[in-house]
Amino acid sequence: MAKNRARATNKGGVTTVKAIISHPMETGLRKDKKSGKKIPAHFIEELTVAAEGKTVLTANWGPAVSKNPLLHFTYKGGKKGDKILISWNDNKGVKDSIETAVK
Amino acid sequence: MTDMKRRTLLKGSLGAGLVGVAAGAGLLSPQAVFAKWNKGAFTSKKVDDAVKKLLGSSSMANSGAIKITAPPIAENGAEVGITVQSSLPKVDSISILVEKNGQPLAANFTMASNTNAFIRTRIKIGKTSNVHAVVRSNGKLFTAKREVKVTIGGCGG
Repeated sequence: MAKNRARATNKGGVTTVKAIISHPMETGLRKDKKSGKKIPAHFIEELTVAAEGKTVLTANWGPAVSKNPLLHFTYKGGKKGDKILISWNDNKGVKDSIETAVK
Repeated sequence: MTDMKRRTLLKGSLGAGLVGVAAGAGLLSPQAVFAKWNKGAFTSKKVDDAVKKLLGSSSMANSGAIKITAPPIAENGAEVGITVQSSLPKVDSISILVEKNGQPLAANFTMASNTNAFIRTRIKIGKTSNVHAVVRSNGKLFTAKREVKVTIGGCGG
C-alpha cells in the first residue's frame, strides 16, 4: 500500500498544494478475478483541506475518482511554515489525514 | 439538591451551545468540517440530474472561460488526469462529470474565497465520453465539455 503524500509550496503569494492519497477507490463494479465475486465499493466520500485551521477546499468524491487519488489546487496567500491538514473519510466510515507544512 | 441539578443542567446546555458556535465559525480545528456527501447526486445517471441534485439547478450557460485540460486519447481509462480552471469571477464550486459513466458525477470541489478556480485530479472514464466541468461563479452555473477517447475502460475489471 502506497503512503499518503502531500506537499505545499508558496511562490509569489500563491500556495500550491499537491497530494496523493493512498486509497483503493473501489467502484463496487469490479470482480475478483479468482472468485468471480464483486469487490464491494470502497471510496473516499468527503475530503477537506485546512490551512492554519481555516478551510480552503472541501471535496465530495464518487467512485469515479482514480485509485490513489491525486489532488492539486492553489490558493492566494499563505506563507512558509503554514500547517496544511488534509482530512478525509470514506464510505466505510474510515477517517484518515495527512499534515504538511508550506515550503 | 434540586438547585445543584439545575446548575449542572445549565452548564451542560451552555457548553453544547458554545461548541455549536465554534463549529459554525470554523474554529474547531483540527476537527475537520466536511461538506455532507450528496448520495443522490453521485448516484444520478444523467449529467443534468446530478448537477440539479448537487447544486440545486441544472440551468447552465456554456462558457469559454472554463478550460478543461485532458488527454485527447487516454490509453488507460482508470487514470485520466483532468485539470479544470476558469477565469470567471468568484468561483466557489467546480464539478467534474463524465457523461457516459454509469454515474456521471466524479467529483465536486468547494472553494473558499481565497482559493483559485483551479483543480487537478485523476478520474476513471469507462468509455469514450465527453467530460463536463460545471463551475459556479457569482451564484450562477457555467459549463464546458471536452471529449476524451478511451482505448481501455476504467470502470470494469
